[in-house]
This record gives sequence, C-alpha cells and structure tokens, in this order.
Amino acid sequence: MSVFDGLKFRRVVSPIHMLDPRIKFFYVCAIFVVAIIFWELLPLIVLFLAQIPFVLLARVQKEWIRSLRGAAFLASIIFATNLIFRFIYAGYVLTAQDLEYASAMTFRFVVLVESFSIFFLTTSPDHLGLALEQSHIPYEFCFAFTTAVRFVPVLAEEAQTIMDAQKARGLELEKGNFLKRIRNYIPILIPLIISAIRRSLELAEAMESRAWGAIKKRTNLYVLKIRRADYLLILISILILAISVYIRFYIPIPLLSDFLKL
Amino acid sequence: MIEVKDVHFAYPNGIEALKGISLTIKEGEFIAIMGQNGAGKTTLIKHFNGLLKPTKGDVLVDGINTKETSVAKLARNVGFVFQNPDNQLFCETVEEEVAFALKNFGFEESTWKKRVTWALNLLGLAEYRKTSPFMLSGGERKRVALASVLAWDPKVVVMDEPTIGQDYEQKEKLRQFIVQLNTQGKTVVVVTHDVEFVAECNPRVILMAEGKIVADGIGKKVLTDVTGLAQASIVPPQITKIFMELKDFEMATDVIDLYEAREILLRRLGEK
Repeated sequence: MSVFDGLKFRRVVSPIHMLDPRIKFFYVCAIFVVAIIFWELLPLIVLFLAQIPFVLLARVQKEWIRSLRGAAFLASIIFATNLIFRFIYAGYVLTAQDLEYASAMTFRFVVLVESFSIFFLTTSPDHLGLALEQSHIPYEFCFAFTTAVRFVPVLAEEAQTIMDAQKARGLELEKGNFLKRIRNYIPILIPLIISAIRRSLELAEAMESRAWGAIKKRTNLYVLKIRRADYLLILISILILAISVYIRFYIPIPLLSDFLKL
Repeated sequence: MIEVKDVHFAYPNGIEALKGISLTIKEGEFIAIMGQNGAGKTTLIKHFNGLLKPTKGDVLVDGINTKETSVAKLARNVGFVFQNPDNQLFCETVEEEVAFALKNFGFEESTWKKRVTWALNLLGLAEYRKTSPFMLSGGERKRVALASVLAWDPKVVVMDEPTIGQDYEQKEKLRQFIVQLNTQGKTVVVVTHDVEFVAECNPRVILMAEGKIVADGIGKKVLTDVTGLAQASIVPPQITKIFMELKDFEMATDVIDLYEAREILLRRLGEK
C-alpha cells in the first residue's frame, strides 16, 4: 500500500509543482529512456542521484522516501532473480560482475519508480486531466482517467472499512495455507466491487443531472501555458538524452568492480 | 466488562482522534455515545474489539488487554454492527451471511443452523432465509447485518449509527429490540446523533467533543445540561426544549421522557 502513498499528490507550492505536466511527462520519459539504454551500474547511480535535487526543490522528500521504501520489496525480488539467473547462466559461479549487473538492474527499476513518483507527487489530478485534454485526447477518456485517479484513495479507505467489518465478524486474513489466504479475501473483494459499481452508477447519474456532455466544445477555467521554466526543463531533458546517447555510443563505461580493483 | 484507561489514539496521518479517554463499561449497561462529526466516537468504539489499538493507554476487555490478543478472539465477546451493512454483505443468501461469523468462530454445523434460525426469527427475517442479501431493502439489509452479529451471542453489542436511514416505524422497532436485548443482560453500546432516539431509550449517555469526553452520566442529566450539549454540538430533545422555555412557570427543567412530561403538565393543569 505504501507504494501508492508515494504516488499520491500533495498540494505544495513549489517550482516543480508549477511546471506544465506535459513537460514533466516528457522529462520522465527522457529519464525512462536513459534508464533503459544503460545496463551498467555507474550511470544508473548517477541518474538516481540526479533526481534528488528535483525532489528537494518540490519539497516532497518524505513521500518520495516512502514510495522508495514501498518499492524496496519488488527491488529485492528483481535483485535476487537477476543474481540467480546470472549464477545459473555462468555455470554456478558468482563473480563481482554478476553482483554489479544485478544491482544495476535493481537501480534501473528504482530510477523508474523514483521518476514516476516525482511526476505523480507533483502533478495534481486536475492538471493531469487538463494536460490530457490539451493534448487533443477526447474528453470522455480524460474524464474517465481523472475520475479513476480521483477515486483510488476513496476505494482504499472503503477497503479498510470492509476489512474492519469482516474482522469484527471473526475473519482472520492471515490464517491458513496459501490458497486459503487468497480465499480469505473474497469477503472483502465482493463488497468492495459491489460498492464500486454502485458508486459509478451514482456518479453517472450525478453527472448527467449536471448536464455532462451537453456542449460538444468545452472551455476550461484554467489553461495550461508553457512558461520559461518549462522551456528550461525541455532543454535539460534533451541535454540528458543527448549526453546519454553520446556516452552510450562513444565512451566505454567502466565497470565499478574493475574500478575498485585498480 | 470494558475498561478504557487514559487512551490516546493518533491515525497514521498524524491526526489525534482520541486525547485521553477514560471510561468503564459494566456488564449489562446500556450506553449511548454522542457527539459531533469527528469527535472520535467511531474511533473509540473500534477500540472495544481491538480493530484499533491505542497509541497510548490501555483498553481491557474482560480483563484482557486488547494489545495482547486478536480481533477475532475479542469479537467473540464484543459484537460490532457497522454503520453501513453494504460493507459486510457478500454471500449468496441471507442464511450464509448470518452463518459466516459462526463458521469463523468454529461452531459446528448443527449448532450454527440452530443459531441462524434463532437470529433470523428474532429480527423477522425468516422468510428471506434463501434470498440474496442484495435483493433486500436498506432497512432489511441493516437487520441482516444485526442478525449476523447477534447470532453468535456476544456479551457486548456495539452499534455504529443504527438509526441512520431508518423510518420512524423501524426506529421504534429497533429501540424496543435494543431495550429488550439490554433487559436480557446484554451490554449495549450505541453511537448515534439521534437525540430523540436516545431520549426515548434513556440510557447512560457519554458526550464527546474533539477526542475527549465532555459529559458522562444518566440520560436525564446529560441531555438536559445545555452547556455540555452545546460543547458536543447537540440540540436537546424537543420535550426538554419545551420545558426549558417554560422555566418561568417553576417546573422541572430536566425532563426527557414524554410520559413524565405529560404527568407534570396534567398535574399543573389540575392545580388551576
């Protein structure tokens, strides 16, 4: 659950929050691409550290650390599977390089989580909807998307209440073997799904009673504009991309394990 | 039965919902907990069966600290009826719904069959035994939820907002039912906003405001104390308001019961 905590928007006034979500998304995509084109540990660590100024500037460090902590479990699985496969592939020997490779893959995942977490922590759902709309995506889809984002915390709270209600009737979630434990969640999932469906129908009625879709061409109270800071971020993203591509093709990246031996 | 000792509780987001609550509930008592939205009523009663554990202080149920045992074990003695029945209904038939908790507590089939029949009869739901709970009306679903708790015969029954969304007739039935449960020796705790409902039941009343208890005593006293009620954002019962308006006529101002009011007024009219 804490992974989702790290994706929940916090209303803070900061230069990062003011940025155009489209540009921020472009930046996240750039980081994404860079993380994919490197498989060495060194550049991935640099990439990881390069994001920290953004986090500090946006003043979301607490939530950001929480999202990283939430990702720790998946990260350790990635580390373990990579290590095991390298181990088997190399004929049951473990070298420092294998260790480095596994850590690099883990860091790649962490970088992806980190950049997405920055994006979602600093972009309000309203802005996200606006950005989608101004990217000429049909309004129905934008609305569906923002509504889905909007209802995640509501659903999480409801799930907690349902869990409490069933626990009060003697349900023990952690009891029994693996299959039994999965079955234990049925009394929670059914009320949750039913209430979600019921809520969506109610929402549809409420929207229609407020003349949703009466006018084909909608206007917005707020319009996203690309400002100077946004151009700066575009520049930074393009620079990061260009430098990374250059390094990838023309500069050999030293392995950290070799580096330490010298 | 339930002992609450200087309990503080803060939610993970840092909001302190309870700020030092001390309270003793004796066996066979009937208690109404009242207070404005966000006063911490629901948070408090969730401590009674261990759904929430105090961040400071202790809650003892039958002498057992809730921190040292599981919700499932506590729930055997403390039945909890949630505000919204839709939060717990999930079975195909009303019968299975009521049997769910009984199976969880490890009752044998012959026993739980009997208990289910008993609980359904008690709440007038026998004809719906094989019906899907989702086909029932709101009031009926609420009764199914109540039946599913009463079926395992807990010593304490805790109800969160039982009167919400019920018409007068259902409320009156519920009131009689609660009183009946109480006279049979069950400890009953009700959380509600419905001051008229409480006035008619005349239980021990606990008023809460901002995570603290502001008044605790018999209904007649607490519901006629204007300052305490104002703190908890509660309007006195209508009959009490009338008598407060009539205080120039030197009549009792601590009246919450209709029959008592009638007697006083008749006596007064007879004097003239």
